[in-house]
Amino acid sequence: MAAVGHSGRLAGVVRGRRRRLAPYLLLAPGMAWLVVFFIVPMYYLATTSLQHGSLEIGYTFSWAWSNYADAITTYHTQFLRSLEYAGIATAIALVVSYPLAYWIAFRGGRWKNLFLLLVIAPFFVTYLIRTLAWETILADGGPVVGILRDIHVLGPDGRLLATSSAVIAGITYNFLPFMVLPLYVSLEQIDARLLDAAHDLYASRPWSFLRVTLPLSLPGVFAGTLLTFIPATGDFINAQLLGTPQQYMIGNVIQSKFLQLTDYPQAAALSFVLMAAILVAVLAYTRLLGTERLTG
Amino acid sequence: MTAITAPPSATVVDVRLERLTKRFDDVVAVDDISLDIEHGRFFALLGPSGCGKSTSLLMIGGFEEPTAGRIYLGERDVSGLPSYKRDVNTVFQSYALFPHLSIFENVAFGLRRRGTRGDELKRRVLDALELVGLSGLERRRPRQLSGGQQQRIALARALVNHPRVLLLDEPLGALDLKLRKQMQLELKRIQHEVGITFVHVTHDQEEAMTMADQIVVMNSGRIEQAGTPTDLYEKPATAFVASFVGVSNLLLATVSGPGQVRLSEGTEVSVPAATLAGRTGEVAIGIRPEKIRLGAGELNVLAGTVAESAYIGVSTQYIVDTPAGSVSVCVQNDRPGATALAAGERLTLSWDPESTFAVEPPEGTP
Repeated sequence: MAAVGHSGRLAGVVRGRRRRLAPYLLLAPGMAWLVVFFIVPMYYLATTSLQHGSLEIGYTFSWAWSNYADAITTYHTQFLRSLEYAGIATAIALVVSYPLAYWIAFRGGRWKNLFLLLVIAPFFVTYLIRTLAWETILADGGPVVGILRDIHVLGPDGRLLATSSAVIAGITYNFLPFMVLPLYVSLEQIDARLLDAAHDLYASRPWSFLRVTLPLSLPGVFAGTLLTFIPATGDFINAQLLGTPQQYMIGNVIQSKFLQLTDYPQAAALSFVLMAAILVAVLAYTRLLGTERLTG
Repeated sequence: MTAITAPPSATVVDVRLERLTKRFDDVVAVDDISLDIEHGRFFALLGPSGCGKSTSLLMIGGFEEPTAGRIYLGERDVSGLPSYKRDVNTVFQSYALFPHLSIFENVAFGLRRRGTRGDELKRRVLDALELVGLSGLERRRPRQLSGGQQQRIALARALVNHPRVLLLDEPLGALDLKLRKQMQLELKRIQHEVGITFVHVTHDQEEAMTMADQIVVMNSGRIEQAGTPTDLYEKPATAFVASFVGVSNLLLATVSGPGQVRLSEGTEVSVPAATLAGRTGEVAIGIRPEKIRLGAGELNVLAGTVAESAYIGVSTQYIVDTPAGSVSVCVQNDRPGATALAAGERLTLSWDPESTFAVEPPEGTP
């Protein structure tokens, strides 16, 4: 009896300890991942950004803050262009995606999943190939330019490729699913009874949309715009394939610094400035939209 | 009440349903019903689930389009009008409070749409919250309130607009029993206070009896009977109403003369002549359990054996086997030291002919 009680208590202690450890054990793989693939590279990048030297003579750590000053003074045009292109692309993606997500959520019926599959279908083709396809579509001899010239939207020697519009269109296209999916999720969750209630309280359809549907879908708008804007700001494929150096974004600069010019410190400093800029933009945006309203 | 209600000669009909039908594909949810709901009534649509009561309510509210028939609010034909153009407000089963708006803004929603602003808006919202006993919560969000409180807010949000008719779609269904009983009386008080016509949908006959002064019993999309709670209980028109509203003993019988029927085993029973309404042949006669007495003493007599007895404090309930069928009897324990008869004891049951009603035999009985 005593032995049973003793071993039972022991088992209880072990169980209790396991229970306390369980959350940490569950967290461990994620934490390990973050440390290995986020914290360590960030530390490495941070030290690199403060080094000086070249590939031939080697890099030495020297608190070279001038890398940051140079990054901003030399490349502020590309920084601003990145924010501008990403901002415009995000806005267009929102305007295109909202009706689409709305329609799938409220009118999709039993085809909902098929429509969602169609939205993410382009992801089955690699990013590079998709963007190359746009190069073909927008090419000077291509059908789009031909039609636009025929109807005099473009001049006889007007082009689409190598313009800001082409780059922005490419970014919009490539990031559209990131906008559609969160919007769809937030719209799909809205209880149809709430719209009945709004109609019951004399709200016409447009008014119900403005006062009920739209506010309740703001978490989706917030998530979608961030998921689009943040990667779009750092993108370089679209500008490279659909634009010219006149359309180059900060991603192109970083890419060439890292891979062609092997100016690692400068590239690292540029990356940190970009990160800071995005962080500030996101914080301002969060403040603007209000987290309290989002959590409803 | 008398000050609000118009004299009977000039009763105002707030809702009129004319041959209303609703079909969902092959299913007929509401089957050709016609109904007048007078102003100032607490009106209940009562029936089992799937009987068409909620669909009828949703059609009055404008959330479902009738397949056929017309709906009038007062003199106005609103059949084709969208819900936001109808002078009715609804308390939804799920409350449907706007989660992103404060309690104040929830209640103010309809008023704002109708152009009420400033002090007038504030006064009316606060008055409505006071009416439902929830002053001081106007800055909260719906999810910070309990189910019972949300239910009251839904009521305030609808009533604040002073609609012609208030529709309640099983609003008490999600509350626990105690809260539900409390809200039933509360709703009745509020209805008296505001004098607005309430149309209340419920499957709970006790709830309907407690609150409503007019009840329509529906079954399979049709109206079984309309009347006061007393009418439905004392003079049920159909076997369905007899067993859905309260408990009834239904015994098969054959009409043997004016005010006279013969039970299947041969006992002659007197019934009010009016209840037969000229019926001949097979009928079912009904007696409520509490109207049957143990022992001879009334005109109609039936012998039997106690099959089961259950003492439940306020009363004792018996199942008595008789040659005419099994009969449920409920005896008030209104004297001290009442002892229950045990199973197997033989006894005589008797009841007043006036307590007997006759209906068509329920379908499926021989």
